[in-house]
Amino acid sequence: MKALRNAILASTALCAGTAVSATELEVTHWWTSGGEAAAVAELAKAFDATGNTWVDGAIAGSGGTARPIIVSRIIGGDPMGAFQFNHGRQAEELIEAGLLRDMTDVAEAEGWKDIVNPPSLLDGCTVDGRIYCAPVNIHSWQWLWLSNKAFEDAGVAVPTNWDEYVAASDALREAGKLPLALGGQPWQAAGLFNVLTVALAGPDVLVKIYGDGDTEMAAGPEMERVFQAAADARDMSQGSNIQDWNQATNMVITDTAGGQVMGDWAQGEFAVAGEVAGEDYSCLPGLGVNALIDTAGDAFYFPVVDDPDITAAQDVLAATLLSPETQVAFNLKKGSLPVRGDVDLTAANDCMNKGLEILKAGNTLPSTTQLNTEDTNNQLNDLFVEFFNDPSMTPEDAQARYVDIVKSKD
Amino acid sequence: MATDRPLSLFRNMAAKIAAIPMILTAMVVFVGGTFWTITYSFTNSKLLPRANFVGFDQYERLWNSSRWLVSIENLMIYGICSLILSFVIGFLLAALLDQKIRYEDAFRTILLYPFALSFIVTGLVWQWILNPDFGIQFIVRSMGWESFAFDPLYNPKIVIFGVLIAGLWQGTGLIMVLMLAGLRGIDQEIWKASRVDGIPAWKTYVFIVIPMMRPVFITTLVIVASGIVRLYDLIVAQTGGGPGLASEVPAKYVYDYMFQGQNLGQGFAASTMMLLAVAVVIIPWAMLEFGGKKRG
Repeated sequence: MKALRNAILASTALCAGTAVSATELEVTHWWTSGGEAAAVAELAKAFDATGNTWVDGAIAGSGGTARPIIVSRIIGGDPMGAFQFNHGRQAEELIEAGLLRDMTDVAEAEGWKDIVNPPSLLDGCTVDGRIYCAPVNIHSWQWLWLSNKAFEDAGVAVPTNWDEYVAASDALREAGKLPLALGGQPWQAAGLFNVLTVALAGPDVLVKIYGDGDTEMAAGPEMERVFQAAADARDMSQGSNIQDWNQATNMVITDTAGGQVMGDWAQGEFAVAGEVAGEDYSCLPGLGVNALIDTAGDAFYFPVVDDPDITAAQDVLAATLLSPETQVAFNLKKGSLPVRGDVDLTAANDCMNKGLEILKAGNTLPSTTQLNTEDTNNQLNDLFVEFFNDPSMTPEDAQARYVDIVKSKD
Repeated sequence: MATDRPLSLFRNMAAKIAAIPMILTAMVVFVGGTFWTITYSFTNSKLLPRANFVGFDQYERLWNSSRWLVSIENLMIYGICSLILSFVIGFLLAALLDQKIRYEDAFRTILLYPFALSFIVTGLVWQWILNPDFGIQFIVRSMGWESFAFDPLYNPKIVIFGVLIAGLWQGTGLIMVLMLAGLRGIDQEIWKASRVDGIPAWKTYVFIVIPMMRPVFITTLVIVASGIVRLYDLIVAQTGGGPGLASEVPAKYVYDYMFQGQNLGQGFAASTMMLLAVAVVIIPWAMLEFGGKKRG
């Protein structure tokens, strides 16, 4: 029903864009799950309050489905008013081709440079000194979610870092629990590996390898250790016959698995299941080793449109997205962190507060979507999904192929 | 005859004019698109096509990628098995239906029915049937065979056969119907003659009927082969290419790199290789079929 409604809305937006009211702005995104839709409704409400109309153009599926559709619409000369991407290099070529609007004027008028925290978020939107997108939230990958009950059943204390967790895996197996839940989709395997890299080798190594393409570092002893840890993780995840990340999270919720490495979006699943942070489950940012979070997230981009009314509405939307009220309302529903440090999130829970503290302390690093092109990420996905599913592949072989990918990246 | 030739261009004018849109579509969309794709496979185009030529770089990367090699291997296994099995099963079913049995219409409907389902639905249904936790394995175990193991979709070594089962279930009905039509086209007099001569039925099938059905076999071969090369949706619905990369196929590689990986050049190189593979098979066959003895 919802898909049908969205389709109708999208088609009316097509007509509206050409004829009727110019203050109707079609916004395309892929937030369609329960919590996500509620969060988008907050954005729409705030935008409608400015006298414009938010026309919802949700695309079901994930970014992998939505991005090609968005890109083909823009290239095909039928741009929407605004669209959601993960900020970083995904939109790089659209910007270079002059298809997206330069939002620097709005950014300067609203003083984004001073309010956006961490500043690296704005860097993800910046090409040649000009700002092209409005960041709306921060999602970080570096979280280990643990089921307290599973460890209790296995008779061991809930681990406080990765090494303790690895040591506890045998006890978990004996208690009939899966030590580490890992879905079969490629991006989850690559994500787990990148989290291990940050936690065990440190953020500098990750930034050097992905940011500068440092092949020596990729072949070096720090990464060797990470690959050994990845082999441990592979042993711990043997026997998880699941695909989606939320199925893996569900194993942690139902205490059949010890833990899962997943981004903070997993928190929404715990919340929906009525679990309490600290009592039913624990969270370890940076795997309890390096308390760091990356600054991936979502941002809105604005295609170039001839109609001056739409351009004006785009400016209003960009300013609305970063206003303090919108930021609080949106991020509480979405379970993500706000992009500005000066708002008050009193309703945040235990794990969210941990994230906020890390953010306040400035322990952040750029995300892989900011450092790598989608092409490189796709290659990494291919490598790690193979590694985590094929026990006969040695860490040394995997590292050699990893070095090749780093060598060819741009 | 020779004097008629200039006129023959203008014969059946209406039909020729009617065919012009399709001819243009074929030339511009198919042939033009093909050459455009091949040209841009030699560039380093990422999200947008850019004419920045890099020689054979994309092909080098393609053939160094283990995912591509796995994809090719899977397509070969799937293709050969699916070709042989769907012909054998399809023909056997058709021959059995052709024995003037009762309720033939009912059987034909049942056997053809899976073809009415899309590959997406087929893939999802078989994903559930083959799931060890609530499919065949679960049912057999709950009947008492505790050690029974049947989970092809979670075993990288045999996952492609799990896909093959679903593909055959969906496609064999159509092959059967085509074969049945071919069998019905055989003159009943031939059967009478072979019965008079006392030739066993199986010999009549193998040495007389099957050679006579050559056109039907060719049609069927084209349909089955094109289905194999474009194998994509079944994989996406049933396994998503997993576990790991164990059930990846070339068409999925092309799509993933062109759209999700934002690397058009790599996707074009892969699709050009697919075209080349098809051409290597088709061209010699076409030359043999149409080139040698100008008939018709």
